[in-house]
Amino acid sequence: MIPCENLPTRSALDRRDFLRLSALAGGGLVLGSFLKFAGTTEAAEISKTAPQGDFTPSAFIRLGLDGSITLIAPRPDSGQGIKTSLPMILAEELEVPWTAVTVQMGDLNAAYGSQTSGGSTSTPTFYLQLRQLGTAARLMLIDAAAQTWGVPSSECFAEAAHVHHRASGKSIPYRDLVARAAALPVPEAKSVVLKDPKDFKLLGQRVSGVDNGKIVTGQSLYGIDFKLPGLVYAVFEKCPVFGGKVVSANLDRIKALPGIKDAFILEGTSDIRGLVPGVAILADSTWSAFSARRQLKVTWDEGSHANDSWAQFTVEAQKMAAEGKGKVIRQDGDIDKAFASASKVVEAAYSYPFISHANLEPQNCTAHVTGDRAEIWAPTQNPSAGAGIIASTLGIPKENIIFHILRSGGGFGRRLSADFVIEAAAIAQKAGVPVKLTWSREDDLRHDHYRPGGFHFLKGAVDFAGKISAWRNHSVFFGGGLSPDEFPNRFVPNLLGLSSTIENGVPMGPWRAPGSCVFAFVYQSFIDELAHAAGRDPLAVRLELLGDKDEVPGTGERGQPYNAARMKGVVKLVAEKAGWGKKLPRGQGQGLAFHFSHRGYIAQVAEVTVSPAGDLKVDRVVCAADVGSQIVNLSGAENQVQGSIVDGLSAAWRQELNIERGRIVEGNFAEYQLLRSTDAPRKIEIHFLKSDNPPTGLGEPVLPPLAPAVANAIFAATGKRIRQLPFSKTDLSWS
Amino acid sequence: MAKFTLQVNGQSRTVDVAPDTPLLWVLRDHLDLVGTKYGCGIGQCRACTVHLGGQPVQACQTPVSGIGRRAVVTIEGLSADGSHPLQKAWCELDVAQCGYCQAGQLMTAAALLTDNPAPTDDDIDNAMAGNLCRCGTYLRIRAGIHHAAELLAAGTKPEAAK
Repeated sequence: MIPCENLPTRSALDRRDFLRLSALAGGGLVLGSFLKFAGTTEAAEISKTAPQGDFTPSAFIRLGLDGSITLIAPRPDSGQGIKTSLPMILAEELEVPWTAVTVQMGDLNAAYGSQTSGGSTSTPTFYLQLRQLGTAARLMLIDAAAQTWGVPSSECFAEAAHVHHRASGKSIPYRDLVARAAALPVPEAKSVVLKDPKDFKLLGQRVSGVDNGKIVTGQSLYGIDFKLPGLVYAVFEKCPVFGGKVVSANLDRIKALPGIKDAFILEGTSDIRGLVPGVAILADSTWSAFSARRQLKVTWDEGSHANDSWAQFTVEAQKMAAEGKGKVIRQDGDIDKAFASASKVVEAAYSYPFISHANLEPQNCTAHVTGDRAEIWAPTQNPSAGAGIIASTLGIPKENIIFHILRSGGGFGRRLSADFVIEAAAIAQKAGVPVKLTWSREDDLRHDHYRPGGFHFLKGAVDFAGKISAWRNHSVFFGGGLSPDEFPNRFVPNLLGLSSTIENGVPMGPWRAPGSCVFAFVYQSFIDELAHAAGRDPLAVRLELLGDKDEVPGTGERGQPYNAARMKGVVKLVAEKAGWGKKLPRGQGQGLAFHFSHRGYIAQVAEVTVSPAGDLKVDRVVCAADVGSQIVNLSGAENQVQGSIVDGLSAAWRQELNIERGRIVEGNFAEYQLLRSTDAPRKIEIHFLKSDNPPTGLGEPVLPPLAPAVANAIFAATGKRIRQLPFSKTDLSWS
Repeated sequence: MAKFTLQVNGQSRTVDVAPDTPLLWVLRDHLDLVGTKYGCGIGQCRACTVHLGGQPVQACQTPVSGIGRRAVVTIEGLSADGSHPLQKAWCELDVAQCGYCQAGQLMTAAALLTDNPAPTDDDIDNAMAGNLCRCGTYLRIRAGIHHAAELLAAGTKPEAAK
């Protein structure tokens, strides 16, 4: 046992704050209950830790008597830029210069509302709320100045962390107003009038990420960098077959190895996405633990999935398709009649493999568990899931869990899961010392919560007017499902959507733009096939398919409307900007695709060159995106677009995981190939089409159209139709 | 276990570790220099790139016992104060997304600029092809290196690490 009295401590979450936030989420701004003041009994825990006398008008803002301006980043940043962009929203309305702001990452605290970074929801969730909070605080500072001067507040305005009196030209810095503002009542909701966006000074500008200084100088920042006094380094070996259990292990031999402090078996649970069974090795350094692990011999009970393989899944999928039976997801019109009267009928089978998130920072977590208390330091997208699984698995009350959010070296949905958090906590509980669990790259690739593979058996028709008249899609999945509204559903008059599921034991989870990241490839490629079968321009066929209605309602109570007008807007814009339809020599081609997901309307044109030997180069990608009325941080937004395009190409080109004997074959980047700089598109052009809609997220929606845009361009260049991911499975040579 | 005295970022540092311990883990676990990152452990991602005797190497593939007296420079020692033209360019152009690979990118880029102060796009893509970026910041890395080359040409010299 290693003593560690020096751990930082903080009292647990304030339940009352959670209730306030629930009210807020349900009914918009509830300023009176949401804003809290330092030094009052109603103060949030976060304000209690602030120096006495500071102005803390909400859990997100702290103005110090010393002039310091601290803004809280509420949600974890794994590269999507919200640690910068969300505080920018506060700063804009608070009227403080960005250079004067210190951004602090919030710990898990109900005062911040939902802290789950997923689903591209951060901008749509926080945009209005943070503007309101910034405005309310600014109004209070203006009131404080007006009182100081004995003038009406209406004669005053705020700028650059000062309040100014218009008539006299007097001004007073915020720091001199802090004490008075802290004593003022919270403004009435109706008086919280937001800025006119045309007056924005910060939003829409290019702002460099708040962690960049630390990133380029190598300071401790990420989960894997975190250290504590008395820290023990752990690795955790799990069964290579999903669902397998430990029978025995050579623990005595391991414990005798240099640097090893302990080794033990964790029985785990039956939740394949939770605490799975395994063997923990604890050591005095990461390398001691990694080295000892090479000597570890475990006898596994491999369970019921030890013979699963991708080859067998493929055979099952084909059998299911041949039987033609599946759950009916959607049925419109008369598909048989439409096929019978078609001008052209096309049938095609599409497929895509399981892939990994492959976060460059392998999963890791540091935990210290003593009695019924736990303190966690995790690179996570989802701290509440981490606290939740610790509570449910280890029986530690949630209010006794202090959860620190550290920067993640990539998220992409992987860190919405909390398996690595519960592993660290369970090992730390048994060890009784602070433990840093580090996964190897092989752990990471072989124990991901994978993007599911899938199969689609498609049959489509065009009528004698060249219009897409029928669409039959039998999807064979490994889990999850298909929305009845997935495009082109709702837009093709005669349509049948069927879905079947292959029984399997693979742990799966959200991967950047879940569902969309593969559906767009299949459907936008097949639309292209139908356009070419009709002998028509793929752009014209797409615009015709989107129809003449501005908005198409969703199906059922929870169905999302599809704003066809917004989509046509980005499709037309991208076609114009890319010079769609220009003459290119054989071996070069343009491809078009669009997709709606995560509230964003995105269209892309890719231009490729394919050598006669089949070597692919993506020369240029043009992207048009409608994500609402306002880009928060232009630099961050453009970075997300570029990143999504490169990531989309990376996933589509070479990434695949094979399953043999129930285990993932690929273990490291030699076999599992991410895109490198030499294969990145040489040019990416981004056009944001501003529309009168609330600003929405950019972490995900740009990715889905990339793969079909490139695949369609490859067809235009070579006549080779790609129906299987990754692209590398298809011989692209031509003569 | 054995004692090794290394020259790291201009300082003499002694560690007592197993001779096969990769420099990566010596830096991270024993010298508290966590800027050098673990990504794959097999030299495929190059997030662990450091300079050894002036050359970029993969710290995960460099056992501590093979270093000898050669100088080790890590991201923490690229400049004393973040003033290397590449570090400036990275911040100005907001190159990073998650940022995890960027220490390795910067160390590889720094070696490139030493050899070739005015690289072309192809020079950059080829020199940087070993360094994975999972977030896909390759276009900004390319722009960042060009910008750093301009800063270098304009006479911005990094202050050497102490």
